[in-house]
Amino acid sequence: MPETPETTGPSISRADVAHLAGLARIDLTEAELDHLAPQLSVIVESVARVREVADEDVPPTSHPLPVTNVFRDDVVRPGLSADEALAAAPSVEQQRFSVPQILGEEA
Amino acid sequence: MSGDLLKLTAADLAERLAAGEVSSVEATQAHLDRIAAVDGDVHAFLLVDTEGALAQAAEIDRRRASGAALHRLAGVPIAVKDVVATKGLPTTAGSRLLEGWVPPYDATLVTRLRGAGLPILGKTNMDEFAMGSSTEHSAFGPSHNPWDLERTPGGSGGGSAAAVAAFEAPLAIGTDTGGSIRQPGAVTGTVGVKPTYGGVSRYGLVALASSLDQAGPVTRTVLDAALLHELIGGCDPLDSTSIDAPMPDLIGSVCNADVRGLRVGVVRELGGEGYQAGVRARFDESVGLLSDAGAEVVEVSCPHFDYALAAYYLILPSEASSNLARFDAMRYGLRILPETGPDGGVPSAEDVMRATRATGFGDEAKRRIILGTYALSSGYYDAYYGSAQKVRTLIAGDFEQAFAQADVLVSPTAPTTAFRLGEKLDDPLAMYLNDVATIPANLAGVPGLSLPSGLADEDGLPAGFQILAPATADDRLYRVGGALETMLVDRWGGLLLDHAPVLAAAREVSA
Repeated sequence: MPETPETTGPSISRADVAHLAGLARIDLTEAELDHLAPQLSVIVESVARVREVADEDVPPTSHPLPVTNVFRDDVVRPGLSADEALAAAPSVEQQRFSVPQILGEEA
Repeated sequence: MSGDLLKLTAADLAERLAAGEVSSVEATQAHLDRIAAVDGDVHAFLLVDTEGALAQAAEIDRRRASGAALHRLAGVPIAVKDVVATKGLPTTAGSRLLEGWVPPYDATLVTRLRGAGLPILGKTNMDEFAMGSSTEHSAFGPSHNPWDLERTPGGSGGGSAAAVAAFEAPLAIGTDTGGSIRQPGAVTGTVGVKPTYGGVSRYGLVALASSLDQAGPVTRTVLDAALLHELIGGCDPLDSTSIDAPMPDLIGSVCNADVRGLRVGVVRELGGEGYQAGVRARFDESVGLLSDAGAEVVEVSCPHFDYALAAYYLILPSEASSNLARFDAMRYGLRILPETGPDGGVPSAEDVMRATRATGFGDEAKRRIILGTYALSSGYYDAYYGSAQKVRTLIAGDFEQAFAQADVLVSPTAPTTAFRLGEKLDDPLAMYLNDVATIPANLAGVPGLSLPSGLADEDGLPAGFQILAPATADDRLYRVGGALETMLVDRWGGLLLDHAPVLAAAREVSA
């Protein structure tokens, strides 16, 4: 990825968008890249305002209300049957989710 | 007769059901007929479950006839936003990616609706994965505002709001991540409530941004909202962020609404530049009414609210990009098989994933996923996502200070009345501004209610009045909302929706 935004100012190039779409596992067409890249630039420039007030001594908030982890007793409770869990699968084989090959052909 | 049934509030319909003056089958059929008559124009529904709704209605009629003790809303039909999982009923979240998906389980709030005997009429339209403020980002076409079919009913929950405004359902369920219950309420002349974060279970909601999402009631009156809120709210062990404490008395707060001595804070940052004159005028009048009724009106400042929109459009896309990673074409949902991989060989799982997400996601989903991926990538994380989380702290601090000076805060719900379909569709920033007044509540987790404040002079369209309360003090929304609604309805001689134009399709049917 390019240098830190502090020195360059916010902007997001067509190449950046193509790279990010790859990370997000979305194939974008050339036309989509032409369309989305300038829009995303405008959005990024606008949201970069958050840095104006985000001083180092402000703690971050990830969750609106204070919560602690919730545990339950380790007992079996009803869940989906295998048939229910597989009912919406695009492809099923031997009571399992059937997926395209994960590794390359040579592997 | 069926026209009368449609105009009843849920509370009044419930009374007639309990008194045996009307059956749930009759009430449900009346709403199904209304949907058949007007939904071609309004397009509030993605799916209508005629058979299922009538079967549930018949069952509740049977139970009532047998003398069983029933919930107060038993037999009152309801519409459910299509982001909420309904066992056996397709749930798409407005996306091609989930087209035809039939959940194998019910969301907790749906379990409660079914348990209380509310027939589910169908699933309502929405922006894809709840990303939008107009329903125009629905993969299945936009909904139309019953006040003017050329305009949007807001979003993302425009379908639920339009259904209630068009008298297709007395009650509906919405979800609100940045205003998706309240803003559609404002532009359709209906009531919408975003409960305190954790007040209503998120189990079974298709997640958009998990730290912001909250389900709540969409209704025509404040009392109806309280009735539905009490039914769906409360602790759920299946949602680890659910509040483990009793809910305050919401219904009682509406029935005994009294604002004497209550401190009402007008938020300076929500209401100046960018707010339509007619929206501001109706807001000022409502504040005046509260003051006349004995409330003490003070002005409060929340300086960091000016940064809320920017923080939201970093936090939401970040969480969304992570949540939507689950749509990988492997276990459920769409799977697109390209003929070959990029190297001409057999397509890999990753090739299938890329092709599926390219086809399945619409423009706005792609924009936000890419923005979130950017905000979370190394080298940018601190500057963007990290800074946004700090702004979130500052906004929570603003609320804390404001609630030290006022019991509730108020503002216009949305800066404008309903805008025209297509007007902002390809201008993301203009679209995002619709939620400028509703977003701070989601970032801080506090509850908010929108109710109609009247019609804007310049266009004759509904404007919304927003009430915000401290976390877990949802009862204050109902106390103030109930009091203001009573005064406004008094002035109008009925609900604002009584002034809505009669839909053409309905005119033809009755003629």
